[in-house]
Amino acid sequence: MAVVSLRNVGKVYPPTTKDTASVTAIDGVSLDVEAGDIYGIIGYSGAGKSTLVRLVNALERSTSGEIWVNGQNIADLRERDLRQVRLGIGMIFQQFNLLGSRTVARNVAYPLEVAGHPKEQRADRVAELLDFVGLADKAGSFPDQLSGGQKQRVGIARALATQPSILLADEATSALDPETTHEVLALLKRVNAEFGVTIIVITHEMDVIQTIATKVAVMDQGRVIERGPVFDVFSNPQSAASARFVSTVVKGVPSPSELAVLRERHAGRIVTLAFRDDTVDQGAVFGELARAGVVFEVVYGGINEIQGRPFGHLTLALTGADLVIEQVLAHIRTLTTVTEVR
Amino acid sequence: MDSLIDLLPELWTATYETLYIVALTLFFGGLGGLLVGLGLYLTRAGSILENKPLFYVLNLLVNFIRPIPFIIFLAAAQPLARAVTGSGIGNNAIVFTIALAASFAMARIVEQNLLTVTPGVIDAARSVGAGPIRIIFTVLLPEALGPLILGYTFIFVALVDMSAVAGYVGGGGLGNFALQYGYRQFNPIVTWAAVLLIIVLVQFVQFLGNYLARKALRR
Repeated sequence: MAVVSLRNVGKVYPPTTKDTASVTAIDGVSLDVEAGDIYGIIGYSGAGKSTLVRLVNALERSTSGEIWVNGQNIADLRERDLRQVRLGIGMIFQQFNLLGSRTVARNVAYPLEVAGHPKEQRADRVAELLDFVGLADKAGSFPDQLSGGQKQRVGIARALATQPSILLADEATSALDPETTHEVLALLKRVNAEFGVTIIVITHEMDVIQTIATKVAVMDQGRVIERGPVFDVFSNPQSAASARFVSTVVKGVPSPSELAVLRERHAGRIVTLAFRDDTVDQGAVFGELARAGVVFEVVYGGINEIQGRPFGHLTLALTGADLVIEQVLAHIRTLTTVTEVR
Repeated sequence: MDSLIDLLPELWTATYETLYIVALTLFFGGLGGLLVGLGLYLTRAGSILENKPLFYVLNLLVNFIRPIPFIIFLAAAQPLARAVTGSGIGNNAIVFTIALAASFAMARIVEQNLLTVTPGVIDAARSVGAGPIRIIFTVLLPEALGPLILGYTFIFVALVDMSAVAGYVGGGGLGNFALQYGYRQFNPIVTWAAVLLIIVLVQFVQFLGNYLARKALRR
Protein backbone atom coordinates (compact mmCIF):
# COMPACT_ATOMS: atom_id res chain seq x y z
CA MET A 1 0.00 0.00 0.00
CA ALA A 2 1.23 3.45 -0.79
CA VAL A 3 1.90 5.37 2.42
CA VAL A 4 2.39 8.62 0.50
CA SER A 5 0.44 9.16 -2.65
CA LEU A 6 0.46 12.39 -4.63
CA ARG A 7 -2.28 12.89 -7.20
CA ASN A 8 -1.71 15.62 -9.75
CA VAL A 9 -0.26 17.94 -7.12
CA GLY A 10 0.49 21.55 -7.98
CA LYS A 11 2.03 24.44 -6.08
CA VAL A 12 1.81 27.92 -7.53
CA TYR A 13 3.25 30.91 -5.70
CA PRO A 14 1.24 34.08 -6.28
CA PRO A 15 3.06 37.08 -7.78
CA THR A 16 5.13 38.93 -5.19
CA THR A 17 4.57 42.30 -6.87
CA LYS A 18 2.18 43.58 -9.50
CA ASP A 19 4.78 43.29 -12.25
CA THR A 20 5.92 39.72 -11.67
CA ALA A 21 4.17 36.58 -12.83
CA SER A 22 3.12 33.76 -10.52
CA VAL A 23 5.67 30.98 -10.12
CA THR A 24 4.79 27.34 -10.65
CA ALA A 25 7.02 25.35 -8.30
CA ILE A 26 5.25 22.00 -8.67
CA ASP A 27 3.45 21.21 -11.88
CA GLY A 28 1.03 18.28 -11.70
CA VAL A 29 3.12 15.69 -9.89
CA SER A 30 1.76 12.21 -9.20
CA LEU A 31 3.88 9.86 -7.14
CA ASP A 32 3.37 6.73 -5.04
CA VAL A 33 5.70 5.84 -2.21
CA GLU A 34 5.17 2.30 -0.92
CA ALA A 35 5.65 1.26 2.69
CA GLY A 36 9.29 0.39 3.32
CA ASP A 37 10.62 2.29 0.30
CA ILE A 38 13.65 4.52 0.42
CA TYR A 39 12.40 6.82 -2.29
CA GLY A 40 14.97 9.21 -3.74
CA ILE A 41 13.92 12.42 -5.43
CA ILE A 42 16.75 14.02 -7.38
CA GLY A 43 16.94 17.25 -9.31
CA TYR A 44 18.99 20.39 -9.76
CA SER A 45 18.46 23.47 -7.56
CA GLY A 46 15.11 25.00 -8.37
CA ALA A 47 13.66 21.78 -9.77
CA GLY A 48 11.02 21.85 -7.03
CA LYS A 49 12.13 18.82 -5.04
CA SER A 50 12.37 20.60 -1.67
CA THR A 51 8.98 22.19 -2.19
CA LEU A 52 7.57 18.78 -3.07
CA VAL A 53 8.79 17.14 0.13
CA ARG A 54 7.53 20.08 2.22
CA LEU A 55 4.07 19.45 0.79
CA VAL A 56 4.07 15.95 2.28
CA ASN A 57 3.99 17.27 5.87
CA ALA A 58 2.25 20.47 4.78
CA LEU A 59 5.03 22.81 5.87
CA GLU A 60 3.91 24.33 2.59
CA ARG A 61 0.39 23.97 1.25
CA SER A 62 -0.39 22.66 -2.21
CA THR A 63 -2.56 24.74 -4.50
CA SER A 64 -4.07 21.80 -6.39
CA GLY A 65 -4.29 18.01 -6.33
CA GLU A 66 -4.49 15.46 -3.54
CA ILE A 67 -1.84 14.44 -1.04
CA TRP A 68 -2.63 11.13 0.65
CA VAL A 69 -0.57 10.33 3.72
CA ASN A 70 -1.34 7.09 5.55
CA GLY A 71 -4.75 6.99 3.89
CA GLN A 72 -5.73 10.58 4.67
CA ASN A 73 -5.90 13.41 2.15
CA ILE A 74 -4.04 16.19 3.92
CA ALA A 75 -4.42 18.75 1.14
CA ASP A 76 -7.70 19.98 2.62
CA LEU A 77 -6.81 19.78 6.31
CA ARG A 78 -6.63 22.88 8.47
CA GLU A 79 -3.36 23.82 10.19
CA ARG A 80 -4.76 22.69 13.55
CA ASP A 81 -5.62 19.20 12.26
CA LEU A 82 -2.28 18.90 10.50
CA ARG A 83 -0.42 18.86 13.82
CA GLN A 84 -1.70 15.35 14.51
CA VAL A 85 -0.66 14.20 11.02
CA ARG A 86 2.83 15.64 11.49
CA LEU A 87 3.44 13.47 14.56
CA GLY A 88 3.49 10.52 12.15
CA ILE A 89 6.04 12.15 9.82
CA GLY A 90 9.61 12.87 10.91
CA MET A 91 11.77 15.36 9.06
CA ILE A 92 15.48 16.10 8.88
CA PHE A 93 17.06 19.12 7.26
CA GLN A 94 20.17 20.23 5.41
CA GLN A 95 21.07 22.73 8.14
CA PHE A 96 19.98 20.28 10.91
CA ASN A 97 17.77 22.96 12.52
CA LEU A 98 18.46 21.93 16.10
CA LEU A 99 17.38 24.25 18.89
CA GLY A 100 20.58 25.97 20.03
CA SER A 101 19.13 26.84 23.41
CA ARG A 102 18.51 23.18 24.28
CA THR A 103 20.84 20.31 25.03
CA VAL A 104 21.01 17.31 22.72
CA ALA A 105 18.71 15.33 25.04
CA ARG A 106 16.15 18.15 25.22
CA ASN A 107 16.22 18.54 21.44
CA VAL A 108 15.37 14.87 21.06
CA ALA A 109 12.69 15.21 23.75
CA TYR A 110 11.06 18.15 21.98
CA PRO A 111 8.65 16.19 19.75
CA LEU A 112 7.66 14.11 22.80
CA GLU A 113 6.84 17.30 24.72
CA VAL A 114 4.75 18.52 21.82
CA ALA A 115 2.97 15.16 21.62
CA GLY A 116 2.26 15.37 25.36
CA HIS A 117 4.23 12.34 26.55
CA PRO A 118 4.71 12.27 30.32
CA LYS A 119 8.13 13.34 31.55
CA GLU A 120 9.28 9.95 32.90
CA GLN A 121 8.62 8.21 29.59
CA ARG A 122 10.44 10.93 27.69
CA ALA A 123 13.77 10.30 29.42
CA ASP A 124 13.69 6.58 28.59
CA ARG A 125 12.80 7.18 24.96
CA VAL A 126 15.49 9.88 24.59
CA ALA A 127 18.15 7.55 26.04
CA GLU A 128 17.04 4.80 23.67
CA LEU A 129 17.21 7.11 20.64
CA LEU A 130 20.59 8.61 21.51
CA ASP A 131 21.89 5.09 21.96
CA PHE A 132 20.56 4.15 18.53
CA VAL A 133 22.34 7.06 16.81
CA GLY A 134 25.51 6.49 18.88
CA LEU A 135 25.43 9.75 20.82
CA ALA A 136 24.57 8.57 24.32
CA ASP A 137 27.63 10.40 25.67
CA LYS A 138 26.51 13.72 24.14
CA ALA A 139 23.13 13.97 25.90
CA GLY A 140 24.18 17.02 27.92
CA SER A 141 26.04 18.80 25.10
CA PHE A 142 24.67 21.75 23.18
CA PRO A 143 24.33 21.59 19.37
CA ASP A 144 27.11 24.13 18.79
CA GLN A 145 29.54 21.74 20.49
CA LEU A 146 28.87 19.00 17.92
CA SER A 147 30.26 18.28 14.46
CA GLY A 148 28.00 18.37 11.40
CA GLY A 149 27.59 14.60 11.30
CA GLN A 150 26.75 14.49 15.01
CA LYS A 151 24.19 17.27 14.57
CA GLN A 152 22.47 15.35 11.80
CA ARG A 153 22.41 12.23 13.96
CA VAL A 154 20.68 14.27 16.67
CA GLY A 155 18.31 15.48 13.94
CA ILE A 156 17.55 11.87 13.05
CA ALA A 157 17.00 10.92 16.71
CA ARG A 158 14.63 13.88 17.08
CA ALA A 159 12.75 13.00 13.90
CA LEU A 160 12.24 9.44 15.13
CA ALA A 161 11.16 10.36 18.66
CA THR A 162 7.43 9.93 18.13
CA GLN A 163 7.92 6.72 16.13
CA PRO A 164 6.77 8.09 12.80
CA SER A 165 6.10 5.74 9.89
CA ILE A 166 7.53 8.22 7.39
CA LEU A 167 10.82 10.15 7.44
CA LEU A 168 11.46 13.09 5.12
CA ALA A 169 15.12 13.91 4.46
CA ASP A 170 15.50 17.31 2.81
CA GLU A 171 19.08 17.46 1.47
CA ALA A 172 20.09 15.86 4.76
CA THR A 173 23.68 15.20 3.73
CA SER A 174 24.34 18.19 1.48
CA ALA A 175 26.19 20.12 4.19
CA LEU A 176 28.38 17.15 5.12
CA ASP A 177 31.71 15.86 3.82
CA PRO A 178 31.71 12.59 1.81
CA GLU A 179 32.75 10.37 4.69
CA THR A 180 30.19 11.82 7.11
CA THR A 181 27.60 11.63 4.34
CA HIS A 182 28.10 7.88 4.16
CA GLU A 183 27.84 7.52 7.94
CA VAL A 184 24.55 9.37 7.95
CA LEU A 185 23.25 7.40 4.96
CA ALA A 186 24.20 4.15 6.68
CA LEU A 187 22.21 5.31 9.70
CA LEU A 188 19.19 6.10 7.52
CA LYS A 189 19.46 2.62 6.03
CA ARG A 190 19.31 1.18 9.56
CA VAL A 191 16.27 3.33 10.34
CA ASN A 192 14.57 1.83 7.30
CA ALA A 193 15.65 -1.75 7.98
CA GLU A 194 15.21 -1.89 11.77
CA PHE A 195 12.11 0.26 12.25
CA GLY A 196 10.50 -0.20 8.84
CA VAL A 197 10.31 3.56 8.38
CA THR A 198 9.50 4.69 4.85
CA ILE A 199 12.05 7.33 3.83
CA ILE A 200 11.77 10.04 1.20
CA VAL A 201 15.21 11.43 0.37
CA ILE A 202 15.63 14.73 -1.46
CA THR A 203 19.06 15.29 -2.97
CA HIS A 204 21.02 16.70 -5.86
CA GLU A 205 23.73 14.08 -5.46
CA MET A 206 23.35 10.88 -7.47
CA ASP A 207 25.80 9.26 -5.06
CA VAL A 208 23.16 9.49 -2.32
CA ILE A 209 20.58 7.80 -4.54
CA GLN A 210 23.07 5.09 -5.50
CA THR A 211 23.94 4.43 -1.86
CA ILE A 212 20.52 4.11 -0.24
CA ALA A 213 17.53 4.57 -2.51
CA THR A 214 15.40 1.70 -3.78
CA LYS A 215 13.37 3.88 -6.12
CA VAL A 216 14.11 7.21 -7.69
CA ALA A 217 12.20 10.05 -9.30
CA VAL A 218 14.03 12.64 -11.38
CA MET A 219 12.58 16.15 -11.17
CA ASP A 220 13.00 19.03 -13.57
CA GLN A 221 11.09 22.32 -13.68
CA GLY A 222 8.48 21.18 -11.18
CA ARG A 223 7.72 17.91 -12.95
CA VAL A 224 8.75 14.31 -12.45
CA ILE A 225 10.39 13.45 -15.76
CA GLU A 226 11.46 9.91 -14.95
CA ARG A 227 10.88 7.40 -12.19
CA GLY A 228 11.48 3.79 -11.41
CA PRO A 229 13.64 1.30 -9.52
CA VAL A 230 17.10 2.79 -9.03
CA PHE A 231 18.77 0.00 -11.02
CA ASP A 232 16.62 0.65 -14.07
CA VAL A 233 17.19 4.40 -14.09
CA PHE A 234 20.93 3.95 -13.58
CA SER A 235 21.41 1.27 -16.17
CA ASN A 236 19.09 2.73 -18.75
CA PRO A 237 18.20 6.42 -18.20
CA GLN A 238 15.45 7.60 -20.53
CA SER A 239 15.82 11.38 -20.33
CA ALA A 240 18.78 13.66 -20.90
CA ALA A 241 18.59 15.03 -17.35
CA SER A 242 18.60 11.53 -15.84
CA ALA A 243 21.53 10.55 -18.05
CA ARG A 244 23.44 13.59 -16.79
CA PHE A 245 22.80 12.64 -13.17
CA VAL A 246 23.81 9.04 -13.83
CA SER A 247 26.99 10.19 -15.55
CA THR A 248 28.07 11.99 -12.34
CA VAL A 249 28.62 8.66 -10.61
CA VAL A 250 28.83 6.16 -13.46
CA LYS A 251 31.55 6.24 -16.10
CA GLY A 252 29.51 5.09 -19.04
CA VAL A 253 29.90 6.02 -22.67
CA PRO A 254 32.79 8.38 -23.51
CA SER A 255 31.85 11.95 -24.41
CA PRO A 256 32.78 13.32 -27.86
CA SER A 257 35.86 15.12 -26.51
CA GLU A 258 37.00 12.01 -24.63
CA LEU A 259 36.45 9.99 -27.81
CA ALA A 260 38.69 12.28 -29.78
CA VAL A 261 41.50 11.61 -27.33
CA LEU A 262 40.86 7.85 -27.47
CA ARG A 263 40.87 7.84 -31.27
CA GLU A 264 44.19 9.61 -31.31
CA ARG A 265 45.74 7.08 -28.99
CA HIS A 266 44.32 3.89 -30.50
CA ALA A 267 44.54 2.98 -34.15
CA GLY A 268 42.09 0.06 -34.32
CA ARG A 269 38.34 -0.22 -33.91
CA ILE A 270 36.72 1.05 -30.77
CA VAL A 271 33.43 -0.40 -29.46
CA THR A 272 31.37 0.06 -26.31
CA LEU A 273 29.78 -2.99 -24.72
CA ALA A 274 26.91 -2.80 -22.24
CA PHE A 275 26.83 -5.18 -19.28
CA ARG A 276 23.79 -5.86 -17.11
CA ASP A 277 24.12 -8.56 -14.52
CA ASP A 278 21.36 -10.98 -15.34
CA THR A 279 21.53 -10.65 -19.11
CA VAL A 280 25.22 -10.60 -20.00
CA ASP A 281 28.01 -13.00 -19.09
CA GLN A 282 31.29 -11.06 -19.15
CA GLY A 283 33.28 -14.26 -19.27
CA ALA A 284 31.50 -15.37 -22.45
CA VAL A 285 32.12 -12.03 -24.17
CA PHE A 286 35.82 -11.89 -23.39
CA GLY A 287 36.15 -15.59 -24.17
CA GLU A 288 34.91 -14.93 -27.70
CA LEU A 289 37.52 -12.23 -28.21
CA ALA A 290 40.32 -14.41 -26.84
CA ARG A 291 39.33 -17.44 -28.96
CA ALA A 292 39.29 -15.30 -32.12
CA GLY A 293 42.77 -14.04 -31.26
CA VAL A 294 41.64 -10.41 -31.14
CA VAL A 295 43.84 -8.30 -28.89
CA PHE A 296 41.71 -5.92 -26.85
CA GLU A 297 42.38 -3.13 -24.42
CA VAL A 298 39.82 -1.62 -22.03
CA VAL A 299 40.14 2.12 -22.67
CA TYR A 300 37.10 3.60 -20.92
CA GLY A 301 34.19 2.76 -18.63
CA GLY A 302 33.57 0.80 -15.48
CA ILE A 303 31.32 -1.65 -13.70
CA ASN A 304 29.09 -0.34 -10.91
CA GLU A 305 26.99 -2.04 -8.34
CA ILE A 306 23.49 -0.77 -7.66
CA GLN A 307 21.59 -2.59 -4.93
CA GLY A 308 23.87 -5.58 -5.25
CA ARG A 309 23.48 -5.84 -9.03
CA PRO A 310 26.44 -5.00 -11.24
CA PHE A 311 26.08 -3.09 -14.48
CA GLY A 312 28.23 -0.85 -16.59
CA HIS A 313 29.77 0.00 -19.92
CA LEU A 314 33.22 -0.98 -21.16
CA THR A 315 34.82 0.63 -24.19
CA LEU A 316 37.40 -1.59 -25.91
CA ALA A 317 40.09 -0.84 -28.47
CA LEU A 318 40.44 -3.91 -30.72
CA THR A 319 43.52 -4.93 -32.70
CA GLY A 320 43.46 -7.70 -35.33
CA ALA A 321 42.47 -8.59 -38.88
CA ASP A 322 39.35 -6.69 -40.01
CA LEU A 323 37.49 -9.82 -41.05
CA VAL A 324 38.17 -11.60 -37.77
CA ILE A 325 37.01 -8.58 -35.76
CA GLU A 326 33.87 -8.35 -37.89
CA GLN A 327 33.08 -12.00 -37.23
CA VAL A 328 33.65 -11.87 -33.50
CA LEU A 329 31.61 -8.69 -33.10
CA ALA A 330 28.72 -10.32 -34.93
CA HIS A 331 28.93 -13.07 -32.36
CA ILE A 332 29.11 -10.74 -29.40
CA ARG A 333 26.06 -8.82 -30.68
CA THR A 334 24.02 -11.90 -29.87
CA LEU A 335 25.22 -11.68 -26.26
CA THR A 336 24.95 -7.94 -25.52
CA THR A 337 24.51 -4.46 -26.98
CA VAL A 338 27.53 -3.34 -28.98
CA THR A 339 27.91 0.33 -29.85
CA GLU A 340 30.31 1.00 -32.67
CA VAL A 341 32.50 3.99 -31.74
CA ARG A 342 34.87 3.70 -34.68
CA MET B 1 30.01 70.63 48.59
CA ASP B 2 28.25 71.53 51.83
CA SER B 3 25.05 72.12 49.93
CA LEU B 4 25.33 68.62 48.46
CA ILE B 5 25.64 67.17 51.95
CA ASP B 6 22.55 69.12 52.99
CA LEU B 7 20.75 67.74 49.96
CA LEU B 8 21.65 64.10 50.60
CA PRO B 9 18.15 63.09 51.80
CA GLU B 10 16.67 64.62 48.64
CA LEU B 11 19.32 62.87 46.55
CA TRP B 12 18.39 59.47 48.00
CA THR B 13 14.70 60.14 47.47
CA ALA B 14 15.42 61.14 43.89
CA THR B 15 17.48 57.98 43.34
CA TYR B 16 14.67 55.90 44.74
CA GLU B 17 12.17 57.66 42.47
CA THR B 18 14.34 57.07 39.42
CA LEU B 19 14.60 53.37 40.29
CA TYR B 20 10.85 53.24 40.83
CA ILE B 21 10.07 54.87 37.50
CA VAL B 22 12.64 52.84 35.60
CA ALA B 23 11.58 49.54 37.18
CA LEU B 24 7.89 50.08 36.41
CA THR B 25 8.50 51.35 32.89
CA LEU B 26 10.90 48.51 32.19
CA PHE B 27 8.18 46.08 33.23
CA PHE B 28 5.26 47.67 31.37
CA GLY B 29 7.25 49.03 28.45
CA GLY B 30 9.17 45.77 28.16
CA LEU B 31 5.97 43.76 28.16
CA GLY B 32 4.36 46.12 25.65
CA GLY B 33 7.46 46.00 23.48
CA LEU B 34 7.52 42.22 23.61
CA LEU B 35 3.87 42.01 22.55
CA VAL B 36 4.12 44.57 19.76
CA GLY B 37 7.49 43.14 18.61
CA LEU B 38 6.08 39.61 18.57
CA GLY B 39 3.08 40.97 16.69
CA LEU B 40 5.32 42.55 14.07
CA TYR B 41 7.38 39.38 13.72
CA LEU B 42 4.51 36.90 13.61
CA THR B 43 2.33 38.81 11.15
CA ARG B 44 5.03 39.72 8.63
CA ALA B 45 4.96 38.07 5.19
CA GLY B 46 5.98 34.41 5.34
CA SER B 47 5.78 34.16 9.13
CA ILE B 48 3.69 31.65 11.04
CA LEU B 49 0.72 33.98 11.61
CA GLU B 50 1.08 36.04 8.45
CA ASN B 51 -1.51 38.80 8.44
CA LYS B 52 -0.86 41.66 6.06
CA PRO B 53 -3.39 44.21 7.36
CA LEU B 54 -2.38 43.70 11.00
CA PHE B 55 1.31 43.93 10.12
CA TYR B 56 0.64 47.10 8.16
CA VAL B 57 -1.18 48.73 11.09
CA LEU B 58 1.45 47.73 13.67
CA ASN B 59 4.29 48.80 11.43
CA LEU B 60 2.68 52.17 10.74
CA LEU B 61 1.96 52.72 14.44
CA VAL B 62 5.55 52.00 15.43
CA ASN B 63 6.93 54.20 12.69
CA PHE B 64 4.50 56.94 13.69
CA ILE B 65 5.39 57.06 17.38
CA ARG B 66 9.11 56.26 17.38
CA PRO B 67 10.40 59.41 15.65
CA ILE B 68 8.55 61.81 18.00
CA PRO B 69 11.13 63.49 20.27
CA PHE B 70 10.43 62.25 23.77
CA ILE B 71 10.01 65.68 25.33
CA ILE B 72 7.30 66.48 22.78
CA PHE B 73 5.76 63.05 23.20
CA LEU B 74 5.46 63.78 26.94
CA ALA B 75 3.34 66.80 26.21
CA ALA B 76 1.39 65.21 23.38
CA ALA B 77 0.52 62.10 25.37
CA GLN B 78 -0.51 64.06 28.47
CA PRO B 79 -4.26 63.88 27.84
CA LEU B 80 -4.00 60.13 27.38
CA ALA B 81 -1.92 59.82 30.56
CA ARG B 82 -4.54 61.83 32.43
CA ALA B 83 -7.31 59.60 31.11
CA VAL B 84 -5.51 56.43 32.14
CA THR B 85 -3.81 57.37 35.42
CA GLY B 86 -6.16 60.16 36.58
CA SER B 87 -3.48 62.85 36.50
CA GLY B 88 -1.43 64.57 33.80
CA ILE B 89 1.53 65.13 36.10
CA GLY B 90 3.44 63.19 38.73
CA ASN B 91 5.23 59.89 38.70
CA ASN B 92 2.31 57.67 37.63
CA ALA B 93 1.59 59.80 34.57
CA ILE B 94 5.31 59.75 33.79
CA VAL B 95 5.47 55.98 34.16
CA PHE B 96 2.56 55.61 31.76
CA THR B 97 4.03 57.92 29.15
CA ILE B 98 7.52 56.44 29.30
CA ALA B 99 6.17 52.87 29.15
CA LEU B 100 4.14 53.81 26.09
CA ALA B 101 7.08 55.35 24.28
CA ALA B 102 9.38 52.51 25.36
CA SER B 103 6.92 49.89 24.07
CA PHE B 104 7.30 51.12 20.53
CA ALA B 105 11.05 51.56 20.76
CA MET B 106 11.41 48.09 22.27
CA ALA B 107 9.05 46.57 19.68
CA ARG B 108 11.58 47.20 16.93
CA ILE B 109 14.41 45.73 18.99
CA VAL B 110 12.34 42.63 19.78
CA GLU B 111 11.34 42.27 16.12
CA GLN B 112 14.97 42.53 14.97
CA ASN B 113 16.16 40.00 17.55
CA LEU B 114 13.45 37.52 16.62
CA LEU B 115 14.44 37.84 12.98
CA THR B 116 17.88 36.47 13.88
CA VAL B 117 16.27 33.11 14.75
CA THR B 118 16.87 30.77 11.79
CA PRO B 119 13.57 30.08 10.00
CA GLY B 120 14.70 26.45 9.79
CA VAL B 121 14.24 25.83 13.53
CA ILE B 122 10.66 27.05 13.21
CA ASP B 123 10.18 24.58 10.35
CA ALA B 124 11.63 21.87 12.59
CA ALA B 125 9.17 22.75 15.37
CA ARG B 126 6.24 22.85 12.95
CA SER B 127 7.30 19.50 11.48
CA VAL B 128 6.83 17.81 14.85
CA GLY B 129 3.38 19.35 15.26
CA ALA B 130 4.09 22.44 17.39
CA GLY B 131 1.50 25.23 17.16
CA PRO B 132 2.16 29.00 17.16
CA ILE B 133 1.90 29.55 20.94
CA ARG B 134 4.26 26.68 21.66
CA ILE B 135 6.67 27.92 19.00
CA ILE B 136 6.74 31.37 20.64
CA PHE B 137 7.58 30.01 24.08
CA THR B 138 9.78 27.02 23.19
CA VAL B 139 11.56 28.23 20.08
CA LEU B 140 11.40 31.96 19.36
CA LEU B 141 11.97 33.42 22.83
CA PRO B 142 14.56 30.85 24.04
CA GLU B 143 16.51 30.98 20.76
CA ALA B 144 16.59 34.79 20.78
CA LEU B 145 17.14 35.10 24.55
CA GLY B 146 20.75 36.34 24.43
CA PRO B 147 20.10 39.22 22.01
CA LEU B 148 16.80 39.98 23.79
CA ILE B 149 18.61 40.44 27.11
CA LEU B 150 21.02 42.84 25.42
CA GLY B 151 18.04 44.62 23.86
CA TYR B 152 16.40 45.06 27.26
CA THR B 153 19.68 46.32 28.70
CA PHE B 154 19.83 48.85 25.90
CA ILE B 155 16.27 49.99 26.55
CA PHE B 156 17.03 50.25 30.30
CA VAL B 157 19.59 52.94 29.55
CA ALA B 158 17.05 54.71 27.35
CA LEU B 159 14.54 54.52 30.21
CA VAL B 160 16.95 56.19 32.63
CA ASP B 161 17.42 58.89 30.01
CA MET B 162 13.65 59.32 29.52
CA SER B 163 12.99 59.39 33.27
CA ALA B 164 15.51 62.23 33.61
CA VAL B 165 13.86 64.19 30.80
CA ALA B 166 10.53 63.64 32.52
CA GLY B 167 11.86 65.74 35.37
CA TYR B 168 11.05 68.72 33.14
CA VAL B 169 7.34 68.04 33.23
CA GLY B 170 6.85 67.31 36.88
CA GLY B 171 8.26 63.84 37.26
CA GLY B 172 10.56 63.08 40.18
CA GLY B 173 13.90 61.37 40.13
CA LEU B 174 17.51 62.21 39.51
CA GLY B 175 16.74 64.31 36.43
CA ASN B 176 14.44 66.53 38.40
CA PHE B 177 16.97 66.65 41.24
CA ALA B 178 19.77 67.78 38.90
CA LEU B 179 17.56 70.45 37.35
CA GLN B 180 16.07 71.78 40.54
CA TYR B 181 19.05 71.81 42.88
CA GLY B 182 21.96 71.84 40.43
CA TYR B 183 21.14 73.63 37.22
CA ARG B 184 18.73 76.25 38.57
CA GLN B 185 20.89 77.01 41.63
CA PHE B 186 24.11 77.22 39.62
CA ASN B 187 25.59 74.36 41.59
CA PRO B 188 27.49 72.07 39.20
CA ILE B 189 28.62 69.78 42.01
CA VAL B 190 24.99 68.84 42.71
CA THR B 191 24.35 68.32 39.02
CA TRP B 192 27.39 66.11 38.73
CA ALA B 193 26.42 64.10 41.79
CA ALA B 194 23.18 63.17 40.03
CA VAL B 195 25.03 62.44 36.81
CA LEU B 196 27.51 60.24 38.65
CA LEU B 197 24.74 58.21 40.25
CA ILE B 198 23.10 57.75 36.88
CA ILE B 199 26.40 56.57 35.39
CA VAL B 200 26.92 54.10 38.24
CA LEU B 201 23.39 52.78 37.79
CA VAL B 202 23.75 52.39 34.03
CA GLN B 203 27.16 50.73 34.33
CA PHE B 204 25.86 48.25 36.86
CA VAL B 205 22.87 47.30 34.72
CA GLN B 206 24.98 47.07 31.55
CA PHE B 207 27.40 44.69 33.30
CA LEU B 208 24.51 42.62 34.57
CA GLY B 209 22.91 42.53 31.10
CA ASN B 210 26.18 41.50 29.44
CA TYR B 211 26.70 38.79 32.02
CA LEU B 212 23.19 37.35 31.61
CA ALA B 213 23.38 37.51 27.82
CA ARG B 214 26.71 35.69 27.90
CA LYS B 215 25.14 33.01 30.04
CA ALA B 216 22.19 32.69 27.68
CA LEU B 217 24.50 32.47 24.68
CA ARG B 218 26.95 30.23 26.59
CA ARG B 219 29.93 32.24 25.37
